[in-house]
Amino acid sequence: MSEDLAPDPRLLVREKGLAGYWEDFKRRVRGGELGSIPVVLGVIVIAIVFQAQTGDFLTPRNLSNIMVYVAGPGIMAVGIVLVLLLGEIDLSVGSVAGLCAALWAVMSDQHGVNDILAIVLAVAGGAVVGTIHGFFFARIGVPAFVVTLAGFLGWSGLQIWVMGDKGTINIPRDSLVKDMYGYYFSDISAAYGLATVLTAGYLFALWRQERRRQQAGLTTRPLSEIVLRAVLVAAAAFVAAYELNQHRGLPLALVIFLAVLLLADFMLRRTTYGRQIYAVGGNAEAARRAGINVEFVRLTVFSMSSALAALGGLFTAAQAGGASKSLGSGNLLMNVIAAAVIGGTSLFGGRGWVWSALLGTLVIQSITTGLNLMGMSSEIQYMITGAVLLLAVVVDSVSRQTQRSAGRT
Amino acid sequence: MTATAAPVLALSGVSKRFGAVQALTDVDLEIRPGEVTALVGDNGAGKSTLIKTIAGVHPIDSGTISWKGEVVRIAKPHDAQELGIATVYQDLALCDNLDVVANLFLGRELRRRSVLDQVQMERQALELLDTLSIRIPSVRIPVASLSGGQRQVVAIARALVGSPEVVILDEPTAALGVEQTAQVLDLVERLRERGLGVVLISHNIADVRAVADEVAVLRLGRNNGLFRVEDTSGEEIIAAITGAADNAVSRRRARKDGGEGNE
Ligand SMILES: Nc1ncnc2c1ncn2[C@@H]1O[C@H](COP(=O)(O)OP(=O)(O)OP(=O)(O)O)[C@@H](O)[C@H]1O
Ligand SMILES: [Mg+2]
Repeated sequence: MSEDLAPDPRLLVREKGLAGYWEDFKRRVRGGELGSIPVVLGVIVIAIVFQAQTGDFLTPRNLSNIMVYVAGPGIMAVGIVLVLLLGEIDLSVGSVAGLCAALWAVMSDQHGVNDILAIVLAVAGGAVVGTIHGFFFARIGVPAFVVTLAGFLGWSGLQIWVMGDKGTINIPRDSLVKDMYGYYFSDISAAYGLATVLTAGYLFALWRQERRRQQAGLTTRPLSEIVLRAVLVAAAAFVAAYELNQHRGLPLALVIFLAVLLLADFMLRRTTYGRQIYAVGGNAEAARRAGINVEFVRLTVFSMSSALAALGGLFTAAQAGGASKSLGSGNLLMNVIAAAVIGGTSLFGGRGWVWSALLGTLVIQSITTGLNLMGMSSEIQYMITGAVLLLAVVVDSVSRQTQRSAGRT
Repeated sequence: MTATAAPVLALSGVSKRFGAVQALTDVDLEIRPGEVTALVGDNGAGKSTLIKTIAGVHPIDSGTISWKGEVVRIAKPHDAQELGIATVYQDLALCDNLDVVANLFLGRELRRRSVLDQVQMERQALELLDTLSIRIPSVRIPVASLSGGQRQVVAIARALVGSPEVVILDEPTAALGVEQTAQVLDLVERLRERGLGVVLISHNIADVRAVADEVAVLRLGRNNGLFRVEDTSGEEIIAAITGAADNAVSRRRARKDGGEGNE
């Protein structure tokens, strides 16, 4: 047919050049697909404001410390992102973190279990706890909110019981957990090497994908976009590496956090299982009818969430200097959930990505650190963090409404 | 056309109950390769429920389902997929947050070295949508931002991914314009020519008469007539649907009683 020759004016074809990107951006804003754009801008604004106020926010020492502090809550936030993608919530991550840190400490300190084995067992214990949540939620059909609320209480009780008559257990001197807070690869080639590998890996993946798309006759990104993306990634990676090297080098905590992020990102975006998580979060009944084992997906996501909480708990213990009866209580849970949402993962399920765990914890930690530098008390910090969370949820809700009205369904 | 091949899928005595509602009672249905079986009936007659039992969404309470002569158990959607049954649901069952390609391949993702093969999926999606002459703004936007008709078309295309032997379409043209409806009916005929068994649910008797070989009527969850299209008039089908008559005898009786219709 002749009409096939002329492109349909309604088809979305991006114009060439920057104008095209601007159009594309406007379309996404109108359609409510903001994703993580607001939070990236937020991080930049926060950094500028605190730098202007205190003058020493952007020092290598401060930035390096933020990177280390972010790792524990960030790893836990990755688990929350997975749960939020299902459209559910996990209120137990703080208690599970505390419980598993206590398990680790008791095993390695009181019972002389090998350090690595104790770490593995603690994380596995987290996975078991999550499987229990998942069982009640996915199998029995109890709302996840209630199951994990029960877990929130129950596991912190168990944590106190596990700790027994010990108020706190300090980290053994030669433990790997101590390194989760205090170890730095001080050779400058470590940070630069990692930055190089990340940039090269990103560029290679992008290049290979575009080449395959071209071979298959599909639309490809213009070269300018590929260059721009590579430059942005390289700039972020190398500036971070430079700053870290100005202080004490590449922190082990950051390496582990990045590894968790990359693995989770790969799982979500490149595997069938990841696709299934999004599908269940978008429309569980449709996912079921497509032959997806919804129960399995839900169960495993909850066990991953708790396993990641356990790992994050070890980082928290490392920062606190040891496990205690109260580790993981307080605002850890709220900060972690807030981080995932602030980072751009929707509370309504099915929309978001793993990197919101990084972005969101960066926002929260920057605010905390910045206000500390300014000498603000913790009440003010709570109120400001609360306001930021509310803002993030408002953005999420509004963009969801926009998307609905744009959806015309 | 009239050559009656052995049915690829046969239901006999199928019953399904939802709490107090007896949705299906002793329903029989046969689907033959290379034939279009229309399933008609009033709202709430149990059409969607019947095809959902075939698709594995609602397992049957009693009765048997046989696939190529062998009794099979369809307990979950995956079982039906494995047999080669593809279904377009009345409520479409799409994931609004996923893009068109992801929806088309949901549950049957193509992989390359155990990693999702996005390129191959996108290429096949474009080809598939092309054969259906469907215009969609972009295959990479979330389904939420498509129009009702475009979504319906995506749902139909979804059923053609993989190589099904039986395709079930539950009111596939309900949201479609004149041109798209004609295209879907063409598609149904193409599927028949390819030797697939097709079940078409529709309220439009003209459409049914245009493409179906056989019409099965459901009324209040029971079989209420099975007609070959070539020797049945539209009125006869409508009479069976409304229950005005299943045959001449009851029609006369109904006329005498002034209609026993509504109970
Ligand atoms: N999941 C369910 N739970 C309870 N009752 C149901 C369920 N699904 C269907 N029913 C009932 O079963 C009966 C048949 O419904 P069904 O959807 O099969 O009708 P239908 O023939 O497809 O009607 P329509 O033409 O309106 O689509 C109705 O009385 C309906 O209320
Ligand atoms: Mg129906």
